[in-house]
Amino acid sequence: MADGTKVIEIEESASEASSDRKFTINFGPQHPAAHGVLRLVLELDGEVVERVDPHIGLLHRGTEKLIEYKTYLQAIPYFDRLDYVAPMNQEHAFCLAAERLLGVEIPRRAQHIRVLFSEIGRILSHILNVTTQAMDVGALTPPLWGFEEREKLMVIYERASGSRMHAAYFRVGGVHQDLPDALIDDIDAWCDQFPEKMQDIETLITDNRIFKQRNVDIGVVTKEEAFAWGFSGVMVRGSGSAWDLRKSQPYETYAEYDFDIPIGKNGDCYDRYLCRMEEMKQSTSIIKQAIVKIREEGPGPVMSTDGKVAPPRREEMKGSMEALIHHFKLYTEGFHVPAGEVYTAIEAPKGEFGVYLVSDGSNKPYRCKIRAPGYAHLQAMDWISRGHMLADISAIIGSLDVVFGEIDR
Amino acid sequence: MSDELKELGEHIAGKIDSDIRGWRVEFGELTVDARADRIVHVLKFLSDNVLCRFIQLIDLCAVDHPERTNRFDVVYHLLSLHNNQRVRVKVQVGEGETIPSVIGVYPCADWFEREAFDMYGVVFSGHPDLRRILTDYGFEGYPLRKDFPLTGYVEVRYDDELKRVVYEPVKLVQEFRNFDYLSPWEGAKYVLPGDEKVSE
Repeated sequence: MADGTKVIEIEESASEASSDRKFTINFGPQHPAAHGVLRLVLELDGEVVERVDPHIGLLHRGTEKLIEYKTYLQAIPYFDRLDYVAPMNQEHAFCLAAERLLGVEIPRRAQHIRVLFSEIGRILSHILNVTTQAMDVGALTPPLWGFEEREKLMVIYERASGSRMHAAYFRVGGVHQDLPDALIDDIDAWCDQFPEKMQDIETLITDNRIFKQRNVDIGVVTKEEAFAWGFSGVMVRGSGSAWDLRKSQPYETYAEYDFDIPIGKNGDCYDRYLCRMEEMKQSTSIIKQAIVKIREEGPGPVMSTDGKVAPPRREEMKGSMEALIHHFKLYTEGFHVPAGEVYTAIEAPKGEFGVYLVSDGSNKPYRCKIRAPGYAHLQAMDWISRGHMLADISAIIGSLDVVFGEIDR
Repeated sequence: MSDELKELGEHIAGKIDSDIRGWRVEFGELTVDARADRIVHVLKFLSDNVLCRFIQLIDLCAVDHPERTNRFDVVYHLLSLHNNQRVRVKVQVGEGETIPSVIGVYPCADWFEREAFDMYGVVFSGHPDLRRILTDYGFEGYPLRKDFPLTGYVEVRYDDELKRVVYEPVKLVQEFRNFDYLSPWEGAKYVLPGDEKVSE
């Protein structure tokens, strides 16, 4: 101005010019609520999410490529490292695929043991998901209580396979070793005390006002949307569709077990939480049933007796030349799988986990595509989150139940 | 189970015979070989037809067969919840060719097609956002192709002087050892070390 004073223009605050309020933020990859190494690029209007672009692949290890260079036995440990909160379920899908190509029959005792450990895996995964999702929306105690139970289950894993997490216990043709009686008794005892611990967690979360405010009507998925986007597992059951591969396409001895499939009504985060809680109760019941069956049917082989696929027992090797040759050939060359292609799917804790196995008749898989349930769920993050508040993002991620071991592979 | 699949295969072949190249039931699974340019039509039929109703695309992946003229198989796994059946649809695509995207039929094909593009370089025409998905930003090459080495071409490390992550050609202390355990009496398709003296 001519008199030397300055006029300072003050811009109108955001209320008028809404275009100024739009901004983009990075969520993760080091965010505790991102459940691993997820990077979300969020486009926000104020606090309302307008677009979500998940950037995945930060944990990509080339599992499928590595498997093509390994024998079938060497490929199994890679499956533990996919969904690392429920390792044995993944091995299961691969073993079933190889077994279908080979045409191997599995002894009944091994089938029961597989069912038992698949359900333990389901409980392991659901405890982690339910309690950490509660933590994402503000509750600190549930994970502390839940992880105590997970720890006990990991000890069971260790006693069966020698390893707390990366078990490599399910092998093509059966399971690696038989369960000692003392371990079966301890699993039984664990099942007796678990419902009480679950009750404790339920009293903390289920009717909690804050938990409900953060989860009810958040991340609603309709049945039609769930099918169109390739959802499976709790993500379709929470939306009211009673689809469970254990019932509809039973593998192992699941057809003989008596259990219910919980379904949700509204398809929101809260219903999915309730489904997971009920599934844990059903799994406990399946474990109990499996223990009864294992005890009733008595001891027996846990591995196929086909010497061309399953390695011989240690004591046989000491006396039989043929067993020794088989052992040597199986642990160096491995078994040859007839040429062909199969797709096998199991009901993993997170949904349908499938393995598409292409064999060219050699001792290594020609192609092994791993179909991870979380991959299909996470790509729906964009449309599920639209219109939600920023704070709901962590509730939705928790409820989708994503684990980056299996998504990035 | 496989009788039902045979019926289904005949039904599909009867309706869209001109779009498919054949079908077979193996290991209790139905496989339909489709023509690459007609894939959208085939999947549309499978998802809408009353006897099929394969409303879920479970998986989409590619398989590399470098010795073939059309080197890639693109494999679609569909699931029908109504009939409790699965079907596999396979099409062949050559290197440098494109295949129509099926996002219009199954929205979840989005990321699966991005992955097939990322891993094999199969280009899906009509895909709205065909970016790489699993590999690093700025990655070059298609890692799941059979001619891509297992060890890759580059490795990364944090450079303390430059204060950033740098890419360098792979330097292995020990070469990757791909052990060949195939029995020389069956399977090995090469001259064993020492055997070349026999013909001399």
